[in-house]
Amino acid sequence: MLEIKGLRASVGAKEILTGIDLTVPDGEIHAVMGPNGAGKSTLSYILSGRDGYEVTGGAVSFDGADLLVMAPEARAAAGIFLAFQYPIELPGVGNANFIRTAVNAVRRARGETEMDTVTFLKEARNAVKALAMPDDMLKRNVNVGFSGGEKKRNEILQMTLLKPKLALLDETDSGLDIDALRIVAGGVNAARGPKFSALVITHYQRLLDYITPDRVHVLAAGRIVRSGGPELAVELEQHGYGGLEAA
Amino acid sequence: MVAVTETLQTINQLAGTGYKFGFETDIEMDVAPKGLNEKIIRLISEKKREPDWLLEWRLKSYRAWLSMEEPAWARIVHPKIEYQELHYYAAPKGPAPKSLADVDPELLNMYDKLGIPLNERAALAGVAIDAVFDSVSVATTFRESLAKVGVIFCSMSEAVREHPELVRRFLGSVVPAGDNYYAALNSAVFSDGSFVFVPRGVRCPMELSTYFRINARNTGQFERTLIIAEEGASVSYLEGCTAPMRDENQLHAAVVELVALDEASIKYSTVQNWYPGDAQGNGGIYNFVTKRGACRGRKSKISWTQVETGSAITWKYPSCILQGEGAVGEFYSVAVTNHFQQADTGTKMIHLAPNTTSTILSKGISAGRSSNTYRGLVRIMPRAANARNFTQCDSLLIGNHCGAHTVPYIESRNQSSKIEHEATTSKISDDQLFYCRSRGLSEEDSVGLIVNGFCRDVLKELPMEFAVEAQKLLAVSLEGSVG
Ligand SMILES: Nc1ncnc2c1ncn2[C@@H]1O[C@H](COP(=O)(O)OP(=O)(O)O)[C@@H](O)[C@H]1O
Ligand SMILES: [Mg+2]
Repeated sequence: MLEIKGLRASVGAKEILTGIDLTVPDGEIHAVMGPNGAGKSTLSYILSGRDGYEVTGGAVSFDGADLLVMAPEARAAAGIFLAFQYPIELPGVGNANFIRTAVNAVRRARGETEMDTVTFLKEARNAVKALAMPDDMLKRNVNVGFSGGEKKRNEILQMTLLKPKLALLDETDSGLDIDALRIVAGGVNAARGPKFSALVITHYQRLLDYITPDRVHVLAAGRIVRSGGPELAVELEQHGYGGLEAA
Repeated sequence: MVAVTETLQTINQLAGTGYKFGFETDIEMDVAPKGLNEKIIRLISEKKREPDWLLEWRLKSYRAWLSMEEPAWARIVHPKIEYQELHYYAAPKGPAPKSLADVDPELLNMYDKLGIPLNERAALAGVAIDAVFDSVSVATTFRESLAKVGVIFCSMSEAVREHPELVRRFLGSVVPAGDNYYAALNSAVFSDGSFVFVPRGVRCPMELSTYFRINARNTGQFERTLIIAEEGASVSYLEGCTAPMRDENQLHAAVVELVALDEASIKYSTVQNWYPGDAQGNGGIYNFVTKRGACRGRKSKISWTQVETGSAITWKYPSCILQGEGAVGEFYSVAVTNHFQQADTGTKMIHLAPNTTSTILSKGISAGRSSNTYRGLVRIMPRAANARNFTQCDSLLIGNHCGAHTVPYIESRNQSSKIEHEATTSKISDDQLFYCRSRGLSEEDSVGLIVNGFCRDVLKELPMEFAVEAQKLLAVSLEGSVG
């Protein structure tokens, strides 16, 4: 379970998160919506441990542990996964090698045995197929020369193989056509279960047609200004974010 | 690839000691007195029971060396080397071993520790090994099976005794005694090294490999390697090097000569891991090496692949002289510098004949306060019609205190030739590091992965058995370079 209490954070002199309270129980999927520049990506980076943000107040716990003191790799080992809004390219690093290295790093950190190459490749090929990705996806270099849609699918491929307890999906739907959107949503829905939770950051109601959220939160100017059920997403789609800051 | 996992294990094992090959071996040595003069050279020659012509050649080289000066053009700085303070000969005591059974068990132990099995049965499948300890070759494996197909693989001293006509014909024919300061020094005092001869039409049935180990204190190491591939012959050869950790600097000045006749091909790979000095810049090997290959024959090919992670100073430019029509020269290089290491390395491709082609792919990685220079010459002579060269030089910087420099010299004297040069400089970005770490990789594994990716095109040129080793080495060399 993820519990965020009064989280405030700034970059330099600029305060970006102005007090976030949010709880995501195990097994639930929460959507976070909000205008550009609201602080959605910042929140996902702070949860996954990226440098460069100063947490000026509040606390975050994950399964009872203080998340904010942990290194990014320790958070990954604890079960947190971030699907990047803009996935990063790693020239010369094969995708399969990268993911397998990650899977085994996480397994080792958890005291589990490493996965052998054969088992890994079998799982990976199945996941590639399920995500309707081209066969050479595992051989290519991580995100190098990938189309926007391929990069997003590659994030979901990694999520599928890393089997996180909490997935943070930062605008994984942007730039996807409707078929790709369906496939990506399928990947998330397949992970759904009592031990999986997700924070789905999105601009659009569209994705939520395929991933039904348990809760919807609106993030504006660095804090949650409204929360509700799935119907909130529909309302936002119709009326926009205008006036929400004041709510 | 299991490299990253293994890298992590290696790093864990190291737990801050850095260089895992830094142990010393306790062996009774026969050491020549300090200093360099004609008497010492005569002593070396006598110890090795050399013919007169070779002694004369040494003396001539020595006199040439006396009249020369250390080159000053490389981007390296170091205190003056006191040549008279060094020993020029050190060898394990006792008669030379005739077979593996005669080799001092302590020495065999050391090679075991280095992960180099000299026992033929335990040896890597299909790799014949020559081991050079300080100045002398201590063991060469698989000799009989090689001899069956006519391949000669032995120490240089042995070649001088057993195949004097070949040695006399080719020694100094690619790197003349007076070629440069360090080559002249080597020609005067060279102690041992490997000799390979692959006769006409024979493809050498296994990888040949030499491991060089400096052990003795205050001792220069000067090996001399000579590889000859006759018409249509081919051979792949790999050298590896390590040394103990010491506070003082040690001099290593080797010469390697390759000769490829018509349609012959020689692939020469190096994994250089001499002790680089500590994190404060104390100690480490001064590596001043001259390596050159002559593509004498039509359509002959010489390919250099080097992974340079060690040495306090690296000064080396493995080169190809493309004399035969249609000859091919290749240079694939990864040079890593960390802490206070300095590397000035690259290649020379000299196109003398028509339709010759050369490829240069250089990857320099600098971290810490190190300095890493690529220096390369492409020279196309008037007769080399339709010669082609492609050069790609990429530099990767880690941190803000290191330096990377690219110094290409291009001289074309033939209108029909084509030369392409590309260069890039990049940094490991915080985004890349965070991306890897967010997937569960430690910071050091992340650097290792990114660096291995950067070097991939070169690493894939290494013989398979050594590629994994090289990848581990890259990661270990960069230990402590971030954060
Ligand atoms: N590293 C940074 N330096 C300066 N400003 C930043 C930085 N990261 C984010 N911001 C600012 O913080 C605000 C929130 O950004 P972000 O979290 O990316 O928003 P969202 O993902 O909701 O569009 C924006 O005004 C953005 O310009
Ligand atoms: Mg964003």
